[in-house]
Amino acid sequence: MIWLTWRQFRVSAFIMLGALAVGLLVLGVTGPQLADSWQVSQQSFFDQLATDRVKTAIFHAGTAVVYALPAVVGVFWGAPTVARELEAGTSRLVWTQGVTRIRWLATKLGVAGAGAAIVGLGGLAFTWWCAPIDDAVAEGYSDPGMLSVPRLWPELFGSRGVVPLAMTVLALVIGVTAGLLVRRSIAAMAVTLVAVVAVQLVFPLVVQARLLPPKELTTTITEDRLTEFTGRPGSAPDEMVVERIGVSIDSPGAWITSNQTLDDSGTVVATFPSWVAECAAPPGQQDAETAACFDRLAAEGYRQHVEYHPASRFWTLQLIETGLMLGLALVLAGFCFWRIRRDLT
Amino acid sequence: MSAVLRATGLGKRYGRRWALTDCTVDVPRGRVVGLVGPNGAGKSTFLNLAVGLLTPSSGEIEVLGERPTGRRARRGKVGFVGQDTPTYAALSVADHLRLGAHLNPYWDGALAADRISGLGLDPGQRAGRLSGGQRAQLALTLGIAKRPDLLLLDEPVASLDPLARREFLQDLMEAVAEQELSVVLSSHLVSDVERACDYLVVLVDSRVQVAGDIEELLSTHHRLTGPRRDPAQLPADQHVVAASHTDRQSTLLVRTDRPILDPGWEVSQVDLEDLVLAYLGRSAAEPGSSARPSLEALR
Repeated sequence: MIWLTWRQFRVSAFIMLGALAVGLLVLGVTGPQLADSWQVSQQSFFDQLATDRVKTAIFHAGTAVVYALPAVVGVFWGAPTVARELEAGTSRLVWTQGVTRIRWLATKLGVAGAGAAIVGLGGLAFTWWCAPIDDAVAEGYSDPGMLSVPRLWPELFGSRGVVPLAMTVLALVIGVTAGLLVRRSIAAMAVTLVAVVAVQLVFPLVVQARLLPPKELTTTITEDRLTEFTGRPGSAPDEMVVERIGVSIDSPGAWITSNQTLDDSGTVVATFPSWVAECAAPPGQQDAETAACFDRLAAEGYRQHVEYHPASRFWTLQLIETGLMLGLALVLAGFCFWRIRRDLT
Repeated sequence: MSAVLRATGLGKRYGRRWALTDCTVDVPRGRVVGLVGPNGAGKSTFLNLAVGLLTPSSGEIEVLGERPTGRRARRGKVGFVGQDTPTYAALSVADHLRLGAHLNPYWDGALAADRISGLGLDPGQRAGRLSGGQRAQLALTLGIAKRPDLLLLDEPVASLDPLARREFLQDLMEAVAEQELSVVLSSHLVSDVERACDYLVVLVDSRVQVAGDIEELLSTHHRLTGPRRDPAQLPADQHVVAASHTDRQSTLLVRTDRPILDPGWEVSQVDLEDLVLAYLGRSAAEPGSSARPSLEALR
């Protein structure tokens, strides 16, 4: 049975592994260069990187590829493995050749799952490549573009570490499940694509923030910490009603999930008094007036409440999310084994 | 005669629809059984149940003395050639033989190779490029080379042209003669059965209408033609299978173990087609007419 599964699988496996090898080669050549650049330049690292078209392109393309891998594996490996056989009737051929369905499905899941895991290792290789950038972010350096987005942020979290591996395996099982339920290749592939993308959206948008309770911090609002100052025009000309203030915290690479201003009674401020508009000043044009405004904010009891996940939690969160995804994959696989025992002609 | 396939009150339901109800039949060992019935009669369902691809909704089915998912079936003692003879389009003929060798405990590689070369198939050819007849032959090879005790074929020749049909059945007969296996072959064409089988099971509306040795069936069924009369007045041992009347004349198809003595009848032999059609027509005319009398009469 392993022979048959491998025989059906090998062409696409070679294509996939070939592409993976090319990717690893590119990362292997450019990775040490990136590490050297970080060692040598330190604070000007991001300035240099921004001018390095090739490595910037690898960074963006690599992120995109690692995000796309699960869908590719689920759609092209997971969905057709089962659906094509049910569609063509070849499953009946095999099931009447002295192979139980359980063994049939187990072999398919095993072989394709191993393939998916190998492909998912590509995520780890990319994480290795990005290490200098992550180090620079951890040191507090930054770049106005996408390059210095901390790896803990939901935008990138799923493209680093072991989560891509778990997501790839999960996508494969989603594909197999869809194939088993839909029983037609093309339809199963479409369902798989939608389901995988949905899972890839739900995890960063909904799940990631709930994996661990965030750390909390309450701090005074000062001029140099200010990161956000949002308002809308008031009723009078030149008047501005301030609605939101955000501050930074001394935790490079942290993921801030909540950044709210509290008043002296401890409730969240919806609209600030009109004098707060005085605090707004373009960078470099702060004067005594803005300083007085910040002093008044502190004196009247306004303070900033920040909820965040520090960068040090990266691997903890990675492992929890990986466990969740693999657990989900196991549940789906269990469902497949239950379903395969029932009538399928 | 021990039964190679035995169904008792077998039924299969898809949702609310019963594809097969209350099917009771014994298939003796060492026979080539033709399972005949119109489309939708439940032939495929019956064979799929027999090979364990479906699970019964009611009743029981035994294959080689145990349930279809039992150890014998798993050890490859039951061969199956499915409807439309599925094969892996992307795999070559040789790959299919290797597949059989990998998946079956009693695989007869020499037999398989002989058959393939005897058929003139190129082992390197992909199954997807084969003609319908060649693909059916390949599927049959997979079914035979596993050395089963029982081979089930679900409309194997339905999609073949008449020549390929004949070749396939001839080939099947040779394999049966060499290997002493029992065969159940379903078809909606009487001519296929006539060519290949020595035992007949007629399945209509998911019920067995008649089952028995073909020669015996032919010798116990008679067409009676004579002046018009009521079929109910026949002797008790003559069962009317089909009756048609004109104003003056009655034509009856009756089954009886004894000679027809009444001189008022002109007695003629029936052929298999007449016989099958009579049973097919009977069930349509009398829905729910029980299969029991005919079965009892057989024993």
